[in-house]
Amino acid sequence: MNIIVCIKQVPDTSEVRIDPETNTIIREGVPSIINPFDENAIEQAVQLVEEFGGKVTVLSMGPPQAEAALREAMAMGCDEAVLVSDRCFAASDTLATSYVLSAAIRRIGEYDLIFTGKQAFDGDTAQVPPGIAEQLGIPQVTFAIGLEVEGKKARVRRLLEDEFEVVEARMPVLISCVKQMNDPRRPGIKAKLAAKKKEVTVWDSACIEAKACLCGFDGSPTRVVRTFAPTRDIEGEKFEGEPAECAVTLVERLIGEKII
Amino acid sequence: MDFTFTEDEQMIIDAVHELGSEELQPHASEVAEAGEFPYEAIEMCREMDIFAIPVEEKWGGLGFGFLLWGAIGELLSYYCQTTGSVFGAHVLAQYPIMEFGTDEQKEKYLIPLTSGEHIGAFGLTEPNAGSDAGAVQTKAELHGDKYILNGTKIFISNGGVAETYVIIANLDPSKGTRGLTAFIIEKGTPGFEFGKDEKKMGWDALPNRELIFQDCEVPVENVLYKPGRGFRVAMGTLGVGRIGMAVGAVGLAQAAFDAAILYAQQREQFGQRIAEFQAIQFKLADMATEIEASRLLYQKSAWLKDQGEKFEKIASMAKLFSSETVSRVTSQAVQIHGGVGYTREFPVERYMRDAKLFEIVEGTSEIQRGIIANLLLRENHI
Ligand SMILES: Cc1cc2nc3c(=O)[nH]c(=O)nc-3n(C[C@H](O)[C@H](O)[C@H](O)COP(=O)(O)OP(=O)(O)OC[C@H]3O[C@@H](n4cnc5c(N)ncnc54)[C@H](O)[C@@H]3O)c2cc1C
Ligand SMILES: Cc1cc2nc3c(=O)[nH]c(=O)nc-3n(C[C@H](O)[C@H](O)[C@H](O)COP(=O)(O)OP(=O)(O)OC[C@H]3O[C@@H](n4cnc5c(N)ncnc54)[C@H](O)[C@@H]3O)c2cc1C
Repeated sequence: MNIIVCIKQVPDTSEVRIDPETNTIIREGVPSIINPFDENAIEQAVQLVEEFGGKVTVLSMGPPQAEAALREAMAMGCDEAVLVSDRCFAASDTLATSYVLSAAIRRIGEYDLIFTGKQAFDGDTAQVPPGIAEQLGIPQVTFAIGLEVEGKKARVRRLLEDEFEVVEARMPVLISCVKQMNDPRRPGIKAKLAAKKKEVTVWDSACIEAKACLCGFDGSPTRVVRTFAPTRDIEGEKFEGEPAECAVTLVERLIGEKII
Repeated sequence: MDFTFTEDEQMIIDAVHELGSEELQPHASEVAEAGEFPYEAIEMCREMDIFAIPVEEKWGGLGFGFLLWGAIGELLSYYCQTTGSVFGAHVLAQYPIMEFGTDEQKEKYLIPLTSGEHIGAFGLTEPNAGSDAGAVQTKAELHGDKYILNGTKIFISNGGVAETYVIIANLDPSKGTRGLTAFIIEKGTPGFEFGKDEKKMGWDALPNRELIFQDCEVPVENVLYKPGRGFRVAMGTLGVGRIGMAVGAVGLAQAAFDAAILYAQQREQFGQRIAEFQAIQFKLADMATEIEASRLLYQKSAWLKDQGEKFEKIASMAKLFSSETVSRVTSQAVQIHGGVGYTREFPVERYMRDAKLFEIVEGTSEIQRGIIANLLLRENHI
């Protein structure tokens, strides 16, 4: 079984601060980590290969520093790593990112499964996985919490707002993973040291035959007009006293405001 | 002398920091309170290859030195004293096999101790042989190709849980130290049973068991080093064990200091943070200074060991100084916390209870002073 896992390197959200002037994330000095959901994707892939044999290739688009995330993924058990990196990829929106990743996946070649995280911690759009699947013309199953593989069939349990949904798809299929899917392993020291010595393949736009007009700024139809932190115009209100009385006051107020 | 770490070593230290802060520290109080062996924490250490650090790659190790081993032990004790204590006791079986074992013994016993598949323990102390190791009464008699052991060990850390035991017995108790012989004994060997588990002032989750040998047959190939040379094995083991104790003491002292300096800046009395009182500041300054000095001592002893030089005197100094440091520092940490420091709401009371042991175990402070003085007089003989 050949599996590709797409991972994104993101700033460690536990240490992220927002610049109050510009309302953007301060990235300087913030350590980078593997997008947490992508660790679930890695774990799932590694478990499958442990069970059925095969190979896991981990793929990321990003600056040269993203190599660290790829090495961490190899320490967790991925066999090979590919970094697609090129100045012309800068300023890619989700469409352009999906295009570049799908071009890299074509170059990797044979695959049965592609795993991604459910969404990125920073960008947060959850658009890249469906984008990749569309570009490759393969089925996609998002928000996977469980997976069974039978021959060429993947049976996926999806985590929806208030229900589970079980769907079947023919492989190759792209599956995006949620946190509850598994408990990602903590790589041992031996695996970390071995991963440091492994090779990370680096491809630029020419290697993956990516068309310049579909990458980066030119390939990105989305324009960010403005970024801002949401403001709260109405202050919260606290009812104090006996719970039963508070409930009555609350209901009266909600009726008064025509909310219920 | 160079205590800086390479990039690889720093990566290992960072990984253990992560393990400690995310997995060990959140459960440290709970584990101690429950008083049960921390199987989960040890399993995580095993998965991280933490027991492989100072062992040659040939035997499944990572081939690093005791300087790094010390840094890792300090972190384990810092985040979870129980885990640190298991790590410290484990090496007392791992190290003598690594240092004195035959290739066959290493193949059979060192490899699983290094992967962490097996936990180790070291049994020297008996009801009548504590500081006086030469008074060991557990008797080993040679019958054909086996030794038959009879006797009782007490206080043995990791006892009952460990799979591999390095046991010091005596071929002839009348010969004192010259009869001592070290054996590798597996859990489950007929005639080897576990007795009482001590209820203690601290180190609540570390088992300290009685080991009972009744006509316990041990094959001759399980003699570690040579018959009658067990004192050498025991002293060699305790030399490294003392670095280990110093490492644990520094980790615990640092945990107490960090708790104290945090609390001192949060608690207000007389309209100001207590950290602004000079009386508190001086305590913090003394605590930090003593911790720093203790750490440098253990680092120096580990570095000497890694260079293949004599390290025993500095190791004894490190053990002595750091164990007295951790007692003072943890007591001051409770003092800085005031009343809440004495309650179980805060970990510092546990730190204080745990600290005392360092002055007793693996050679009391009195014994360390004796060792240091002996070595000094030998060096300065006129
Ligand atoms: C409108 C808009 C404009 C943007 N403009 C810029 C810009 O000017 N400059 C800039 O640097 N960024 C820009 N970005 C950010 C960039 O496009 C996104 O970070 C990127 O496309 C991934 O989207 P996401 O973070 O929402 O990922 P999601 O779609 O939420 O990610 C889901 C999963 O897709 C996979 N994945 C996502 N990104 C990658 C990757 N790079 N490599 C491998 N796998 C991946 C991972 O498995 C991840 O878990 C922009 C984003 C948007 C929405
Ligand atoms: C929690 C715990 C874990 C332990 N783990 C292990 C273990 O894993 N393996 C193991 O073999 N043992 C272990 N021990 C035993 C420990 O090493 C001994 O308790 C220690 O060596 C002291 O021996 P003792 O208790 O017999 O004290 P004693 O030797 O009876 O000492 C009593 C007092 O007399 C003093 N004293 C004794 N002799 C002299 C002297 N010559 N000069 C000056 N003062 C002296 C001592 O310093 C001490 O203050 C453990 C003990 C405890 C409490």
